[in-house]
Amino acid sequence: MRYLPLTEADREDMLARIGVSDIDALFSDVPADKLLKAPVDLPRARGELEVERILGRMAGRNTAAASVPFFCGAGAYKHHVPATVDHLIQRSEFLTSYTPYQPEIAQGTLQYLFEFQTQVAALTGMEVANASMYDGSTGTGEAVLMAHRVTRRSKAVLSGGLHPHYVEVVKTLSEMANDEVVALAPDVSASEDILSQIDDQTSCVVVQSPDVFGNLRDLKPIAEKAHAHGALLIAVFTEVVSLGAVVPPGAQDADIVVGEGQSIGNALNFGGPYVGLFAAKSKYIRQMPGRLCGETVDSTGQRGFVLTLSTREQHIRRDKATSNICTNSGLCVLAFTIHMTLLGQAGLTRLAEVNHANAVKLADALAGVKGVSVLNETFFNEFTVKLARPAAEVVEALAQKGILAGVPVSRLLPKAGLDDLLLVASTEVNSDDDRAAFVAALAEVL
Amino acid sequence: MAETRYTKDHEYIRIEGETGTVGISDYAQGQLGDVVFVELPEIGKALSKGGEAAVVESVKAASEVYAPVSGEVVEVNSELEAAPGTVNEDPAGKGWFLKIKLKDAAELESLMSEAEYQDYVKSL
Amino acid sequence: MLNRQGRPTQAGAASHEDHATFTGNKALQQVEPLIFEIGRTETTGVDIEQPAPFKSRLGSHARQSELGLPGLSEPEAMRHYVRLSQKNYGIDTGLFPLGSCTMKHNARLNEKMARLPGFSDVHPLQPLSTVPGALELMLELARYLMTLTGMPAVALSPKAGAHGEACGMMAIKAAIAAKGEGATRNVVLVPESAHGTNPATAALIGFSVKSVPARPDGTVAVEDVKALLGPDIAAIMLTNPNTCGIFEPQIVEIAAAMHEAGAYFYCDGANFNAIVGKARPGDLGVDAMHINLHKTFSTPHGGGGPGAGPVVLSERLAPFAPVPFIHVEDGKPHLIETRAEAPEGNQPFGRMTAFHGQMGMYVRALAYMLSHGSDGMKQASEDAVLNANYIRAGLADLMSLPFPDHPSMHEALFDDSWLKGTGVSTLDFAKAMIDEGYHPMTVYFPLVVHGAMLIEPTESESKAALDLFIATLRDLAMAAKGNDKERFTGAPHHAPIRRLDETRAARQPVLKWTEAQPVKDAAE
Repeated sequence: MRYLPLTEADREDMLARIGVSDIDALFSDVPADKLLKAPVDLPRARGELEVERILGRMAGRNTAAASVPFFCGAGAYKHHVPATVDHLIQRSEFLTSYTPYQPEIAQGTLQYLFEFQTQVAALTGMEVANASMYDGSTGTGEAVLMAHRVTRRSKAVLSGGLHPHYVEVVKTLSEMANDEVVALAPDVSASEDILSQIDDQTSCVVVQSPDVFGNLRDLKPIAEKAHAHGALLIAVFTEVVSLGAVVPPGAQDADIVVGEGQSIGNALNFGGPYVGLFAAKSKYIRQMPGRLCGETVDSTGQRGFVLTLSTREQHIRRDKATSNICTNSGLCVLAFTIHMTLLGQAGLTRLAEVNHANAVKLADALAGVKGVSVLNETFFNEFTVKLARPAAEVVEALAQKGILAGVPVSRLLPKAGLDDLLLVASTEVNSDDDRAAFVAALAEVL
Repeated sequence: MAETRYTKDHEYIRIEGETGTVGISDYAQGQLGDVVFVELPEIGKALSKGGEAAVVESVKAASEVYAPVSGEVVEVNSELEAAPGTVNEDPAGKGWFLKIKLKDAAELESLMSEAEYQDYVKSL
Repeated sequence: MLNRQGRPTQAGAASHEDHATFTGNKALQQVEPLIFEIGRTETTGVDIEQPAPFKSRLGSHARQSELGLPGLSEPEAMRHYVRLSQKNYGIDTGLFPLGSCTMKHNARLNEKMARLPGFSDVHPLQPLSTVPGALELMLELARYLMTLTGMPAVALSPKAGAHGEACGMMAIKAAIAAKGEGATRNVVLVPESAHGTNPATAALIGFSVKSVPARPDGTVAVEDVKALLGPDIAAIMLTNPNTCGIFEPQIVEIAAAMHEAGAYFYCDGANFNAIVGKARPGDLGVDAMHINLHKTFSTPHGGGGPGAGPVVLSERLAPFAPVPFIHVEDGKPHLIETRAEAPEGNQPFGRMTAFHGQMGMYVRALAYMLSHGSDGMKQASEDAVLNANYIRAGLADLMSLPFPDHPSMHEALFDDSWLKGTGVSTLDFAKAMIDEGYHPMTVYFPLVVHGAMLIEPTESESKAALDLFIATLRDLAMAAKGNDKERFTGAPHHAPIRRLDETRAARQPVLKWTEAQPVKDAAE
C-alpha cells in the first residue's frame, strides 16, 4: 500500500523489539470477541488510476457552475478566484500544518491569521475579529449564545430576512439550551416591524443585510432600539463582497457581526468547507468564541504572533468555555486572506461594483419578461423575482435547457406560500451572453 | 490588629472588624504563574462559603477563587483589571481581590492560621 | 592549482556565533512584514474591467467610508505568502507526533479529486437533478463509515469534531425528550481525562457535567460509572481509545450499564485511527460517535481546519438525525432538507449548519478510503499502533510511563516524573525537540497526568524515521538528566523565532494591525 512505509520485515523486527509475538498482542485490551479477524466488507486497496476513475465518474454526473450560465446564490456565491490562491494554499507548510500551538514553528499560520483578523475588522467596520468560525450559519448561532452571555438574558429576536438555514441553526441550538427564539415570518419586502419585538428581556436582535431576499436594510434604528433596551444587534451577511459597496455594519453600531466569507477565495464545494467571519466590539472580546491571534514579542524582542486569550476556550475552560469550537476553517481563512490581499481596497471596490452592475443589468432585463416582476427596491448582487409559475418548476425546466437560474424560495421555505418566488444572483462571472440566454429561456418556459 | 486566615485552596482573608479582605496566597500566585486577567464579582453579590467569588487567569489556566467565608461583596479591587500583574507582585497587599462583609464570624474558625497554612504549604 | 577564478575550494571554518545580517534575514529565513506594512490601497493584484455606467440600486446604503485595505500585486503577494509558509512546520516537513491529532500523510490524490469541477464547482442549492454524483458520493462515504463502525446511520453535516459531538449529544437529548424524560435526565458523565470539547459540548446544549474519576491504571472502571448512575443521568461521553492511549477494557460493560440505566453512550471518536478495521464501535455498544475525517481519514489539517465531523448513530438515535440527510426510497436517493419534508418515522432534531456539510472533505476522505481499501485501512491501524509501541519500547527505560500495565494503542503517553530535579520541564523538552527538527508531541494533555507528553507517530512513518526519532529523544533525555541544560533553557534556538511572551499577548491584547500613531510633540 503506497501510503504505508513499513515492510513486513520491519514489522517483525519492531514486534520483536517491543517483545510481543504478533500485532494482536497489542490489541489485548479489546475484548477478544470484538476483535475483527478479517478486513471489513469493503473493496480492497486500489491504485491512483482506479480511484480517479471512480471519483471522476461521480464528479462527471454533476453540472459544474462554470459550464453553464449560472445564477444561484442564497448564501453561496460563484466568484472567480485567482490561480495564485489555490497554488499558495496547497503549499505543504500551510496544507499539512496543525493548529499553531507551537508558535515558534507556526509563525506562517499565525501571521496570516493576524492579517485575516485585521482584514475582517476593516471590512465589517468593527474593532476586533476572531480567527474564523466553521461558516456563517454556525457563527450566527455562536453570536446569539455570546449575546446571551454578555446580556445575561436568553431571548433572541430573528429577522424574517435572515437566511432560513441560519434561522434553523439558531433555533436548534436555542431549543437544546432552553433559550427563547422569536423568529419573525419570512419578510420578502423588508417591511417587517422588528422594533416592536425588542423589549427588556431581549438579549439580541439578528438582522441580515443584504437579506436573504436581497434587500439592503438600515441597521441603525434597530441598533438604537436594541441598545435602549440593553440588547445587542447582531448583523449578518452571506455575501462578503457586498461590503465593498455598502455601509458596513460597524458604522451602524452593530455589536457583533457575523458573515459567510466563502465568496472570497473559496469554491462553492456543494456547501462546504466555507469560512465564518466573526467580529465584535472590543469590550466583548472575553465573551467571543473561537481562536484569537495576538501580537507579542519573543525573548529577543522580535515581533511575533501567538494564539491568545485561550482561557475562553474549551481546552482550558472545559464546561465553562465560551464555545466548544476547536478546529475552525484555517485553510479557508488563508484562501480568503490571499484573495483579499490580491484585491485590496481598489480591487474589492471594483469587484463589488461589477457585481452590482451585473445584477442591475439582469434585473432590468428580467423585468421586461412577461410574467416576471422584480420585487426589490434595493439590492446588491442578488434579488427576488415573482414568476407566473412555481419557481421550482421553472428552475427545473431551465436546468434542462442548460441554465442554472437561481434558487426557488420554496427550496429554503417549503409550504410557506412563497412558491412563485425565485432568488437570482449575478456576479462578475456572468457575461452578457449568459444573461441573454437566461432571459430568452425564461420567456420560453413561462 | 488584623488577623489573616487561609483556606486549603490558597485563598486568604484578612479580618478587619466586620469585613474581610480576600486574595490569593503568595504560594498560589507562584503556582499560577503570570496572572493575565481577573474576573471580579459585582458589588452587593451574596457569597456563600466555598462558592465561586472570582476567577483568576494565567496564560494557560483559569482558576476559580472561592469565598473563604459567607458574606456580601462590599468592595472589589478594580485596579486589577488594568494591572493583573499586581496579583503576582504583591498578593497580600495591592493584589487583593475583594472585600466581604462577614455573615458569620464563626466560619473563620474552620480556616487555617498563618502558621498552620505555612505548614500546609510545606506538606504539598 | 587551477582555481583561476579565485573561488575558495574549502568550506570556511565553522562558527557557532550568530552572525547579524543587515536585513535581519538568515538566508532562507526571511523577515516578512505584514501586508499592511508593504501593501498600498491603490494597488491590486486582480484586473477587473470597469463596468459601463449604470443606475445604482443600492439606495441610501452605498459605502461612504474607505475600506483601508492594502493590496499587493501578484508577484508581491506570491512572495509574501511563500515566505510565510517557510516559517511553518507541516507533516511534509518532518515527523509530527502530536498526540490526539493524528497527523498522518495527506495524499495529493485527495486534493486533486476534491478539485474536480463536478465536486468543487457545484452549488449546494442547484437543482438536485444536476447533482446526482454529489449525492452518490455522500451515500458512498456514508456506506464506508457505517461499515467501518458497524453503525446503522450517519449524520454527515457536522463541520468538525466538536460540532459532531454537539450533533450526537443533541440526538441524545432529543431521544430523551421523546421518551418524556427531558426534565429529569440532564447530567452527562465525563471522565477527567476527556478532551475539553466534551464538557464544553455537554454544557453548550444544556446538560450539567459530572466527572468520572480515572483509575490509577488510566482507565475508567464500570463500578465507578455504575456508582454515578441514576434517573438523572443522560449519557456518558467516553473517548475510546482514551486520551491516555489505552483501549478502555471495560467499554462493553460500561455501555451495557448505561443502557440498563436508560442512558446513552456517546463515544468521542478522535482516536478512531487506532482501531479502524480492527474493532467496530457498533459492536461495543456505542450510541453515537463522531469521526474526525481530518484525523482518521487524512483530510489535511490546514493550520487548524477545515475539518469534518460526521456522526454515526445507533438504531435508537437514528430517527433524530438532523437535516439534511439522504433518504433512499425505491433505490433512489432523496435529499431531505427541512423538518417538514422528513419521511414517516423520522423526527429530525433540527439543523447543524447551512447546506450539506463539508463536501470538500467528504471527497478527500472517500479518496483515502478507496485507496486504502478494507485491507489497507486495517493495516494502517495496525501500523499506527505498532509505531506508537515501538517508540514506547525505545524510550521506556529513560522516560516515565504513568500507565505501564496496558499496551498503548496509536499513541504513547509519558509523564514528567523522570524530569524531577533536572530543572527541565515538559515545555523545555518540547521546545528542544524543535531545535532537533521535530514538531513536539502534545504536551500537558491529558490533564490526569503531570507534565504529560503524548506521542502519536501515525502509520505514515518508516522504521528509519522512528529509529532516528527515538535516538534523538534518548539523546535529549540523557542531556536533561545530565548537566546539559543549555539545550533546554531558552530553546528553541534555531527556530525562525524564539520563545514568545504569551503573558504580554494576553495582558494587552493586540488582535489587529493598527497604523503607528505619530509621536506627540513633547511640548504639548
